[in-house]
Amino acid sequence: MVATVALAEVATGAALDIEQVSHAFDIDGAELPVLSDVSIAVEPGEFVALLGPSGCGKSTLLRLVAGLDKPKAGTLREDEARITRPHPSRVVVFQDPTLFPWRSVWDNVALGLEAQGILKSQRQRVDDALDLVGLSSFRNAYPHQLSGGMAQRVALARALVNDPKILILDEPLGKLDSLTRITMQAELVSLWQRKGFTTLLVTHDAEEALVLANRVIVFSDRPARVKADIRVDRRYPRHRGDPYLADLRRQILGLLGLDATW
Amino acid sequence: MSTYSLSDGLASGAPRLSRAPLLATWLRESGVGVLASVAWIAFGLSCLWWDDVGDWSRTHSLGIAAFVIAAVALFGTVGADYLGSAGKALHQRAPWLVALGAFLTLWEVATAKFAWLPLPFFPPPQSIIEVYTDDLPKLLDSVFASVKLQLGGYLIGATVGFLTGVSIGWSRAVGYWVHPVLRFIGPLPATAWLPIAFFTFPSSWSASTFLIALATGFPVTVLTWSGVASVSNAYYDVARTLGAKPSFLVLKVAIPAALPHVFVGLFMGLGSSFAVLVVAEMIGVKAGLGWYLQWAQGWAAYANMYAALIVMSLLCSGAITLLFAIRDRLLVWQKGTVKW
Repeated sequence: MVATVALAEVATGAALDIEQVSHAFDIDGAELPVLSDVSIAVEPGEFVALLGPSGCGKSTLLRLVAGLDKPKAGTLREDEARITRPHPSRVVVFQDPTLFPWRSVWDNVALGLEAQGILKSQRQRVDDALDLVGLSSFRNAYPHQLSGGMAQRVALARALVNDPKILILDEPLGKLDSLTRITMQAELVSLWQRKGFTTLLVTHDAEEALVLANRVIVFSDRPARVKADIRVDRRYPRHRGDPYLADLRRQILGLLGLDATW
Repeated sequence: MSTYSLSDGLASGAPRLSRAPLLATWLRESGVGVLASVAWIAFGLSCLWWDDVGDWSRTHSLGIAAFVIAAVALFGTVGADYLGSAGKALHQRAPWLVALGAFLTLWEVATAKFAWLPLPFFPPPQSIIEVYTDDLPKLLDSVFASVKLQLGGYLIGATVGFLTGVSIGWSRAVGYWVHPVLRFIGPLPATAWLPIAFFTFPSSWSASTFLIALATGFPVTVLTWSGVASVSNAYYDVARTLGAKPSFLVLKVAIPAALPHVFVGLFMGLGSSFAVLVVAEMIGVKAGLGWYLQWAQGWAAYANMYAALIVMSLLCSGAITLLFAIRDRLLVWQKGTVKW
């Protein structure tokens, strides 16, 4: 089944090279290693899920990719250019929507364009991004008036308005109820297929990883190492009951040491 | 069926209720308004019925004014249905009108008529009215002087405090140098500087402005600082990944996020600056309501003191109301803010 390779239709995403990256935290003078010699090559437009036990260092890797922190060793490149600091071509959607409560929905989405000083000439992009997540009618609402799912959609619009080449998702659906979650998973896939950005998704839900990604990378316990790199060769939309996915899921849970529960 | 029994009961009960208790309903609706009218009539009568024990020129006018208020209260209550929001406002305030009328009656009787409270320390209401009519120019001058002094000092203190607070919260180097100074000098009551300020500054006015600014600046600085320092790092992360430069982080992230704290500081600063204003005016400045109070005391003009106190409390309350109005405008995004 070679034809089922499911890359996004229009690849405007960037390639991401993570080369022998190690990282550690300084906690009270002691060094706590969190990433150990991680190398991942992500192709433009790929949807890669990072899966691993809680606290293993997946989110740290995302912060490095975003350029929010610098690795202790190794390099990260976006299309050959070394990542040294944050850039709007790599936008993060965090587990909490972290909308600015003092800004209306529209102003929250406009944040990136405003920070880059291009809002005045490109206001249309904000409206488009709100349309994209279906929240145009909430443009004047304040964050405290939104439900959890709506807030996370606004956060998604705030990221997408910048036309990122790499979209970094740090468990963005982790705190949503299961129904909203399933809806938003489908939305994520369709957004990714339409926009073609490279996507990096941290999750600790194997099923979510398998429904969304074309590649699932399984990490070990802290310090995180790449334990397995699994291709998911299935067309979208995928079905949760698909025996192929169920088989992969069993494999992955086995890698995470949870095979007894399956 | 049981689901119908409730509405059946209501339907059959309604006609029975309608006639006899009409008066009762009216009394419940309007009784307090009528009572307010009665209380003010009592106040008017108490002014006019007996002779004053002292020599006050406004007793008669005050009595007439009380009757006018009583009439307004009565007609406002009876015609509430035709007065719209004014009628509703009157209805809401009627209990207070009752209390006020009763209090004034008692006050009138206890001072001007039977002198149960010792004169001149407890002047009757008409003597305070007399101050407002006969000493108005001097009182207005004092109000103007106080407002000018307070406004100047407060604005300087709030601005400097805000800028200092943001700098300490943002820059480690500024924090290193300013924080110890703030800790050492800040808690000192601004009034403790009075003697020094009055001979180091070229004028008592500039000295008082400085002290008011100092009293305002300390709480504003501390709260702005803590506001900026407590801004969640997640907000900065979000802004940085979206391409924000440091100036954007300060102006569009740190400051708006800290604003609720800043307003608490502004509120506290306003309170303590009032105290400094009055003390400074009593001690050194030759104008303003504090000075007026002091001057009135010197002449044993107690009615003038009460009159000035009432004006002062209206001004302070008005200033705080204004501050809260500004806050409510700027912080519409906040839910459940403190009421004033």
